[in-house]
Amino acid sequence: MFKDKSSMMMTLLKGRTLIVLVLLLIFFSFANDNFLSTNTLLLLAKHVALYGILAIGMTYVIITGGIDLSVGAVVGLAGMIAGGMIQNGLTLEFAGVTLYFSVPLVVILTVFVGAFIGWLNGIIITKFGVAPFIATLGTMYIARGWAMLHSSGATYSSLAGNEALGNTGFGFFGSRIAEIPVGALILVVIAIVAHILLKKTVFGWHIFAIGGNEKAARLSGVKVDKVKILVYIFSAVCAAIVGLITASQLEAAHPATGETWEMNAIAAAVLGGTSMAGGIGTIGGTIVGAFVIGVISDGMVMCGVSEFWQMIIKGLVIILAVIIDQFQRNMEAKMALQARNESKDAES
Amino acid sequence: MAETTTNGASPEVCLHAEKISKIYPGTKALDEVSFNVYKGKVNVLIGENGAGKSTLMKIIAGIEQESEGELFMGKEKVHFDDVTQARDHGIGIIHQELNLFPNLAVYQNIFMAKEHKKGAVGIDNEYHIRETKRIMEKLQHPINPYTIVGDLRVGQQQMIEIARNLIQDDLKILIMDEPTSSLSEQEVQVLFKIMRELTAEGISIVYISHRLEEIMQIGDYVTVLRDGKLVDSAAVKDIDISWIVQKMVGQGKSYPKRKENIDWSTRPTVLEVKDLSLPKKGGGWLLNKVSFQLKKGEILGIYGLMGAGRTEIFESIMGLRPEHTGQVLLNGELIKINSITEQIDRGFALIPEDRQREGLVQTMNIGKNLSLSSLKRYAKSIFLKESAEEKAIDDTIRDIHIKVSDKKLPILSLSGGNQQKVVIGKGIMTNPKILLLDEPSRGIDIGAKTDVFEIMNQFADSGLSLLVISSELEEIKSIADRIIVLSNGIKTAELSGDEITEDRLVMASYEGHNTVKKD
Repeated sequence: MFKDKSSMMMTLLKGRTLIVLVLLLIFFSFANDNFLSTNTLLLLAKHVALYGILAIGMTYVIITGGIDLSVGAVVGLAGMIAGGMIQNGLTLEFAGVTLYFSVPLVVILTVFVGAFIGWLNGIIITKFGVAPFIATLGTMYIARGWAMLHSSGATYSSLAGNEALGNTGFGFFGSRIAEIPVGALILVVIAIVAHILLKKTVFGWHIFAIGGNEKAARLSGVKVDKVKILVYIFSAVCAAIVGLITASQLEAAHPATGETWEMNAIAAAVLGGTSMAGGIGTIGGTIVGAFVIGVISDGMVMCGVSEFWQMIIKGLVIILAVIIDQFQRNMEAKMALQARNESKDAES
Repeated sequence: MAETTTNGASPEVCLHAEKISKIYPGTKALDEVSFNVYKGKVNVLIGENGAGKSTLMKIIAGIEQESEGELFMGKEKVHFDDVTQARDHGIGIIHQELNLFPNLAVYQNIFMAKEHKKGAVGIDNEYHIRETKRIMEKLQHPINPYTIVGDLRVGQQQMIEIARNLIQDDLKILIMDEPTSSLSEQEVQVLFKIMRELTAEGISIVYISHRLEEIMQIGDYVTVLRDGKLVDSAAVKDIDISWIVQKMVGQGKSYPKRKENIDWSTRPTVLEVKDLSLPKKGGGWLLNKVSFQLKKGEILGIYGLMGAGRTEIFESIMGLRPEHTGQVLLNGELIKINSITEQIDRGFALIPEDRQREGLVQTMNIGKNLSLSSLKRYAKSIFLKESAEEKAIDDTIRDIHIKVSDKKLPILSLSGGNQQKVVIGKGIMTNPKILLLDEPSRGIDIGAKTDVFEIMNQFADSGLSLLVISSELEEIKSIADRIIVLSNGIKTAELSGDEITEDRLVMASYEGHNTVKKD
């Protein structure tokens, strides 16, 4: 099956996150009898959906060689925008009226606000040349502040809507269809769309080209700025969708929701083999990475491991993943060099 | 394989490598190569890319270790586990890529990892600065020790790299791996002067270069490697350039020559550039009213020294220099240059000078690198039609003879010459009318160069118009139908046919500086 030892090694390395996931599932199923039950797994899927969707947007951004620290804050902001519109409506002071929107319209407007933050990120990064880390750090604070201002820090807790106002049904995103959490279904849809977009379209390949060598991409006619702006919009839209799902699941919107979630998203992407240097990454890998984090969290909760230990273990797993990643890249470079020398031999 | 040096009074051998082999998994980079470093001489090592020159030098400098064979210095057998051990034996190396810290001052660069201590933890900067001044004066480049290295010109940086090796009092052997590849002609001459001074002091130099003329000028002994094997070695006084070329390539090869006797006046003008100017930051001009025409099927060479404004012409035409002024006419129509994407759509293709930094996306495979510029052509709405894309990639690989077993392999698995063909292929796949090539033969071996020039000739014959920048006289003479010379942003000559001589090209490449002084 394998030409030699090193190609077998490569296959194992490439599938390492999946192998780890399977090992984790086996481990926790022994540690806790209830772990492999349908209920637990569905609950796991519900949890993973949240940072899984964030991680998909993050993967796009990281492949271009950037980073998006604002997604956690956008989750909080999106929840507040949607929650505010449902609970209090939109008051237009100059007209002296308060408008109540139907749920689909609320969703669209919320996504639009998310897209605006993403567009802002993209503009700051491409047109003003600010490093993505700093630009999105700034918008992270802005989005969080906006979320707080929205309710002066209070929680919107009556998101059921009102029949008379025609805005019921927000609970849909937190509900289940045929026992499967809607959030998980949304994750599946976004993952498939994101995968196809990345692998089968010109836009997707331009993302890879920019992350691999931005200068060469520009000189090849790739519209670097446009692609980057679209990528940050995509990431922020993913975050807004997560904000909607979270608020719907909790039936409440709190402005501090989503704090540090950007870190989980980055961790999932990196665990899934996305290179922080840009140019390399897959949606499939990221999803597996998100599940690894989810299994570790949920599994340890069920085994009664304290939250503090969970954090330490999560940290160790991430560092280990990147060390193995380096190892894989060194090996790939070595194999490329070898192929080069061999072709040299063949030429002579 | 016989030694051709037949003389009674052979100079002292400073270092002798006896049947050195270096085996990497699956390949033999060096195969029983024996090599002498003569004391106080310039020992040239030459061969095509991948011939094993750099590997041999790395073994002598302690960066890599030999798999088989022995090294001798004098009567003593030596072996270097690392660079420090080699340095203790008086061996220094200057790498092809400069290994400097652009964020630090000159004296800090020179004494990096060789600091003189003052007390237990202090650093004796007074000593560092004093020594830096002394060494830079010796090198005739009295650069202020406090200058930040990133602010220096490349040539000056090269001097810093040399100075780093000279602070060693007992330097015996200095290895220089293509030190002139980024230097101007003047800087090369200064470097050669310093090399002669070093050899006069008894220091031996091992010199690697691709530029054959240089070897004849500066070398004392030459050793030719091919495919990891020693081909021959000789004293430079006994040989000529064609000897070297023949030994390197294995058979007689020369650059393809352009067809002559074409009446260009009957051909349509594809591109006309009128009064192209580009202001320099802080006053003056990068380009000063440059005008030229390009005919259909013509190869127009642009010759000039580094910084003469050659690359800036390409950048202006491709839309990378929005601040340019002047007119550009495509097929007689005035065009407004907005962006590179638009220019590519108009039929321009750029093959940039720096293959690694500007040409290739290292994380993508060979096929994707080829199709990067032309992806739009294989798309239906937003989706890529993979069959169309792959067919176009396969066609290009075949048309321009890229030697590749699988287009899904990483781009870095190709040799330098084939990587360059990929960059050219990427431009060709946009189906251009005008091809702009910036130093297309830089850093590739003679075999690949010949291939690249043949490809260029084919394209010209098929009706493409080519603009080619080259710094190498031999090359540009054989490849171009007509040559314009730039100097200091001014077009100083336009030569065709018999007018093209090395003397005139070189003369014209300095003229621009005089003109400015008269102003």
